[in-house]
Amino acid sequence: MQDHANSVAASQYRGGIALDLFLQQVLNGLTLGSIYGLVALGLTLVYGILHVPNFAHGALYMVGAYVSYITMVDFGANYWIAMIASAISVAVLAVLCERLVFNPLREAPPIHDKIAAIGIMLFLEAMVQMKFGAEFRRMPTPYTDILDVAGMTIPAQRVLIIIGAFALMAVLHLFLKKTMTGSTIVAMAQNREGAFLVGIDANRVAMMTFAISGVLAAVGATLFAPINLVYPAMGHLLIMKAFVIIILGGMGSIPGAIVGGLIIGFAEAFGGFYISTDYKDIIAFALLVLILSVKPTGLFTKGVR
Amino acid sequence: MNALQKISDFFMTPAMKMVLIVAAVLFPFVAGNEYQIYVMALAFVWAIAVYGMNIITGLCGQLNLAHGGFFAIGAYVLAILTVDHGWGFWWAFVAAGVAGAGFGFLAGIVSLRLKEHYFAIFTLCVGFIIYLLIDKWEELTHGALGIINIPAPNGFGLVDFTETTPFYYLALTFMVLSVWLAARITNSLLGRSFRAIRISDDLAASLGINLMRNKVLAFVLSTTYASVAGALYAGLVRFIGPAEADVVHTFDMITYLLVGGIGTLMGPLVGTMVITWLTQSLQFLEEYRMIVFGPLLVVLVIFFPRGVVGSFLGWRARRMAAAQDAGKSQENAKKKSPTSPVATNREAGNHA
Repeated sequence: MQDHANSVAASQYRGGIALDLFLQQVLNGLTLGSIYGLVALGLTLVYGILHVPNFAHGALYMVGAYVSYITMVDFGANYWIAMIASAISVAVLAVLCERLVFNPLREAPPIHDKIAAIGIMLFLEAMVQMKFGAEFRRMPTPYTDILDVAGMTIPAQRVLIIIGAFALMAVLHLFLKKTMTGSTIVAMAQNREGAFLVGIDANRVAMMTFAISGVLAAVGATLFAPINLVYPAMGHLLIMKAFVIIILGGMGSIPGAIVGGLIIGFAEAFGGFYISTDYKDIIAFALLVLILSVKPTGLFTKGVR
Repeated sequence: MNALQKISDFFMTPAMKMVLIVAAVLFPFVAGNEYQIYVMALAFVWAIAVYGMNIITGLCGQLNLAHGGFFAIGAYVLAILTVDHGWGFWWAFVAAGVAGAGFGFLAGIVSLRLKEHYFAIFTLCVGFIIYLLIDKWEELTHGALGIINIPAPNGFGLVDFTETTPFYYLALTFMVLSVWLAARITNSLLGRSFRAIRISDDLAASLGINLMRNKVLAFVLSTTYASVAGALYAGLVRFIGPAEADVVHTFDMITYLLVGGIGTLMGPLVGTMVITWLTQSLQFLEEYRMIVFGPLLVVLVIFFPRGVVGSFLGWRARRMAAAQDAGKSQENAKKKSPTSPVATNREAGNHA
């Protein structure tokens, strides 16, 4: 279902020359990869600061898609306004989770964080399902044009996804490297005690990190939902793939999340096309099992875990 | 010794176990209708799976999120062998247990090389792979249609397990066996090794405990429990579909475990009973139970991480320590002589 648009596009061009199909898959891989990268980035940032695998991140992504959908369909707002509304509300929700749940559990055994995160995820999904039902919804987008670049047809929304995702990543990079507040996040991820020593406020950094992860999830959802569908369980598969990505890329590593996202995106696009559409979703997990069986420390990590 | 103390002491005696078993045996006679007996039998089946989860997660400290997947493997092995290959129920039942152990071993030797978060995430993926395979591999599993007409357990002409009440006793028997085995494991050297691993990998390793071997053993034990429970489930419900492998079941089981008391002996049973009957009495919640369970999980891990049984044990241990202190200071006042340090009730935490 995820790549319904994919397969339609692919079937339209069956019989075309192989190179065209190949480039089409490159485009698909890039689209998937940039969304995966955005979601994995939020996850890896939170992990870097709190060492919590936030299982609720996929639910935040889902809530983001619903907020955009409602702002656009029920309130008739513009696509970009919907994206901003969704980013703000999911950021607030993420900060609430941090304050109410993860902060009180800071000293608890690691198993408790995970169970609490699962609890948040279950709650958010059940709430959305009760309020809006389990049916699939299609999100409208103003960008329905089909671009024609050198014989290749490219839906405008896909271009928007790729440009939007990479622009956001670039902004995040600048924020983390060039601003003081951004540096406090990096400092805390690198060395918690050291960050305290130079007077960094742990609460503030934790809240900010959760807010950023919420914004990334909401923007990712708003970008991706128009070529996908909106439903309560939409975050399930994505969050698991995002976890695969950050394990491959090294948990807490920002470049790792982006590179890992692209690897999984391309693997799915090509695997789904050249091997089997049915088992497309298994590819990411099979890749994880394969890589971790050979190298339990992940691809890009240093040291042991 | 007040009444409260006496009651709490009674909970710890072997007689309490007898009382529980007798109550369970008598339950079908006092139950209002057959449906209640069915719900209870189903709760026993789930409790068996939760006992398995307690071994790897409660004792050994590794959060296994593929548990529901192994439950489904048990159910599907039984269903495929009986329906598609004409095996007898009990042969297929044994095969389901063996399959659970086998797949558990394979998954264990890969996944247990990872620690904590990585293990939890990895097993989440393993559970999802199991789900996808069951859903997509139509030639083997009948895909999304599921498998219907699974035979009930063979009663060899003596009992008819298609009836609810005989099945209830069958489930009860397996449940009691599971608790007994879990108690034996908990109190053995093996159980102590598991607990050492839960406290710290490094500590356990420095005591000469083979980490990998013990973890894999705990994992295989837990998946065997899960698949046996799954096979019983298939024999009770008699139709299964890919939804049995849904990760939601794993989360249900975590809720049962956490409510009852993670790492305690009676916790899985207490938690499963409490939540099952709570859900039953709030029928309208069935579909949206997670609206209550989700926040419940969060509140439990923040405020009562030890669950019902764990909190009871902790409360009792504190009371006994207080009583002992009071007794000691009285003694001191009388004799005016220093007393030797008394061994405190360190046993209290271990048994229930």
